[in-house]
Amino acid sequence: MSGNGIKGASVVIIGGGVTGLSTGWWLARNGVDVLVLDKGIVGWEASGRNGGGCTHAYSPFFMEEQKLWPQMEELLGYPTEYQRHRIRVTLDETQFNRQARIERLAGKQGFKVERLTPAEVRELVPLCGDNVYGGFLLDFGGHANPQRTSQAYAWALQDHGGKILQHATVTGITVRNGKAVEVVSDRGTFGCDSLVIAAGPQTAKLAAMVGADLPLAPARAEMIVTEPLPLMKHGGVDGNGLYGRQTLRGNLAYGGGPHEWLDWSEMAAPPRPTTPLLRHLSRRLAELFPKAAHVRVIRSWAGIVENTPDGRPVIDRLSDPGNVVLATMSSVGFGLSPASGRAIMELVRHGRCLFADLTPISLKRFKGLPADWRERQGWLPPDAALAGD
Amino acid sequence: MTRAGLDPNSTAGADMPIERHIQLAVVGAGPAGLAAAIAAAKAGIEVLLVDENPVAQALMGLDVPLHFGGRMNPAVQNKPRMVERIVETNPGLAEAFELGIDVQLGVYAWGAFAKGPSLRSIAKPVLGLADEERSWLVSFDRLILATGARDLGMSFAGWEKPGVMGAQAALSLIERYRAFDGRRLLVLGSGALGMRVAGAALEQGLEVAGVVDVVPDPLGPDVLRPPLSKARVPFFGAHAVKQVLGKAEVEGVWLVRIAGGKPVARSERDIACDTVVCAIGAVPNVELMDVLGCRLVFDPKRGGHVPVLDADGSTSVPCVYAVGDCAGIFDKKIGDPEMAIAEGRRAAAAAAWALGATPVEHEMSAAFAPTFDAFGHWRRWLDAELAAGGMEVMVCQCEEVTRRELVELKPPRYLNWGGSQLKTRDVAALAKDGPVNADQVKRLTRAGMGTCQGRRCREQIQMMLAMSAKVPPEQIPLASYRAPVRPLPLSALWPHDETQATRDNWDIWFGIPTQWTAYWEMGETSPAVPGTVESSADSAK
Repeated sequence: MSGNGIKGASVVIIGGGVTGLSTGWWLARNGVDVLVLDKGIVGWEASGRNGGGCTHAYSPFFMEEQKLWPQMEELLGYPTEYQRHRIRVTLDETQFNRQARIERLAGKQGFKVERLTPAEVRELVPLCGDNVYGGFLLDFGGHANPQRTSQAYAWALQDHGGKILQHATVTGITVRNGKAVEVVSDRGTFGCDSLVIAAGPQTAKLAAMVGADLPLAPARAEMIVTEPLPLMKHGGVDGNGLYGRQTLRGNLAYGGGPHEWLDWSEMAAPPRPTTPLLRHLSRRLAELFPKAAHVRVIRSWAGIVENTPDGRPVIDRLSDPGNVVLATMSSVGFGLSPASGRAIMELVRHGRCLFADLTPISLKRFKGLPADWRERQGWLPPDAALAGD
Repeated sequence: MTRAGLDPNSTAGADMPIERHIQLAVVGAGPAGLAAAIAAAKAGIEVLLVDENPVAQALMGLDVPLHFGGRMNPAVQNKPRMVERIVETNPGLAEAFELGIDVQLGVYAWGAFAKGPSLRSIAKPVLGLADEERSWLVSFDRLILATGARDLGMSFAGWEKPGVMGAQAALSLIERYRAFDGRRLLVLGSGALGMRVAGAALEQGLEVAGVVDVVPDPLGPDVLRPPLSKARVPFFGAHAVKQVLGKAEVEGVWLVRIAGGKPVARSERDIACDTVVCAIGAVPNVELMDVLGCRLVFDPKRGGHVPVLDADGSTSVPCVYAVGDCAGIFDKKIGDPEMAIAEGRRAAAAAAWALGATPVEHEMSAAFAPTFDAFGHWRRWLDAELAAGGMEVMVCQCEEVTRRELVELKPPRYLNWGGSQLKTRDVAALAKDGPVNADQVKRLTRAGMGTCQGRRCREQIQMMLAMSAKVPPEQIPLASYRAPVRPLPLSALWPHDETQATRDNWDIWFGIPTQWTAYWEMGETSPAVPGTVESSADSAK
């Protein structure tokens, strides 16, 4: 396959997930000539398969996330299925006390959280049962359809003149005079003035090509989906150790529980099988929604996400080569994508983010991290961990 | 139990509750599976044979695992009675019981899992089993999949009406359950499958209103024709279905003659019937193989996507074999159960050798290479049905997606999307950005995402995407199958055997407390302190 005649772009973005696509869309709508490369299909990995939550009150991007989501369909011109509000259901005091943290996080930033009695929870969430302890209604946040939103970014980016090249695996990055000047792939070589690497778990390997050390550990996580049910007033209901939503079609799509740390050397991601974990997810969903216990699970999916050692994003412009921005959202990227893409666009164009302070998510916080940090944190694939016994 | 130094919220060191271990598990008690189980048991292997029949009525109502089309009679509600009938109608089961094989009927195999590059927490491969009440896991040394075939779905106007069903479903209800609720059948498809189902219906004293095919002459082998000739069953060659007639259910079919790929004006004719049986094609049940990660390949002569197999029937996952219809289906195999039986015995022998036993010798027949391009024939049917019915016919019944909505990549109707930009975003446009992928299209249109798990529409969607993208069908990757490959209630999947450690270590996400620190409380240096494992916290993701 050839590179469709593309020679390069002012900004080349490696990674067609939500973060890279949002970045590309923000750049393209600001008139920047942009090319997104993906080793497969846009939004194909964890970007297109996740809980769809848009409620991240602890994040430096929270205010922007809340500001942008209600406008996204209009800005993009394509459906995202965004729905406002979130309800957190708790089944015991411990869950309640943990969830109560949202009151402080949101309150400090001017957002309202309402405590719900068990009766009020059952009123708002008819699938809940007698086991409810209490809940919280968030007058902010929400949820959207990950696959549809990823595709919306991709199409909107193209509408603004941006280009996407799928099935192009990057094999090298040429650095000349302190600048990344071209990206080498199996579908051709593409020149660039600036480079953004936002390739999920592969970001670390790509960063190494420009001499940057980005500590990342990939892991597989799973979700289940039920047959459709009548729509509840708010689809963004979770709790009991699960995250997820009722989709606008009516399906319950929920995940949570054990993840599996992975390790692989190739650029291509390994397969993403699901496991018998779906039984344990089913239990927690039936506990959360006792009135849906009879409902049938019709599929499950898994995605591969990456985490930094402290679980926080890295969005940073390197000093050498100085025209490269690294971006990983550390396993929580979908909901924040409208804001993260804008931040990266500003880093590329202005050298700094104009709406948020990125210091807490800079790369330099990992300076001096020991090389065996994964072993030390116990973030190892199961058999590798056993071999170390 | 969590081992020191490992992330307690990960699968490393976590227990997976296994109910029992078995040397050989066989899924499916049709001719191939039974032959495999019996041959292995005779070699001294400990065998578990599971079969999902009798399938719960609720599942049949969802057209799972076959396209039953509502044509089961109320007897299927009586599970003990159905178990009796299944044992009666499948004499091999008695032999299996006598040999001490652990035969479990009415048990669904909803998943199978083996160690792989991104699933390393599974030490021994496991089979996920369930009935309507509970689920459990069985680990195995070897697994023989004899999961059979399902019906190719073919859309035409009114195909969602009760009474339109698949041939495998009809055969199952007529022969296996003796619980078929129709009286006069019209059979679509004149190959071995169509003739088999017509013959089975006649044998039970049912009426066959006719056999229809888009080709001018019947396709089935001579050996299956005599009962049809004897009963003077009419053959409608070069015809397609224009429309199913009837208000709530099938009351008849409007056939139309097809010439030069077009419906012939004023050639319509009414055929009275209460059941329309789609016997156009059989599709190997590769669901568990796909879930396991077995390599599959598109073979138009064997029913589409089939496993890549060694001479002994071994799939690319070393401990898993595929035998019978699920290994690839074609007319000769439909007409001659001995082929499936031979495959079952061959895999059993290979499994026995691998397990250190000496198998009983059986005569092995030479491999048979089918020559008929079945998929091409399906495509002729679809072309005829497109010509006869147009683009407004529903292709995905569960999600109510029409042919037009599929190829125009329309978002689902419940979104009421009025935006104008989507008009240019059809499948043909998508194809310009790279090879069209059925999984991508299904998430955008929802075609194939419903409760029947895409069993009625998967191949039609593949054909229509190939048509729109102007590529051969093999270039459209298989729309993936996912566990549970049978839709099972949350209450049945509920792990009654869940360990305390799983409960204690359950976290909503990764259990990294610093992930949720408010940004104004984050310092400039990382709080990650290597050398310690962070404790679990059920933070709000």
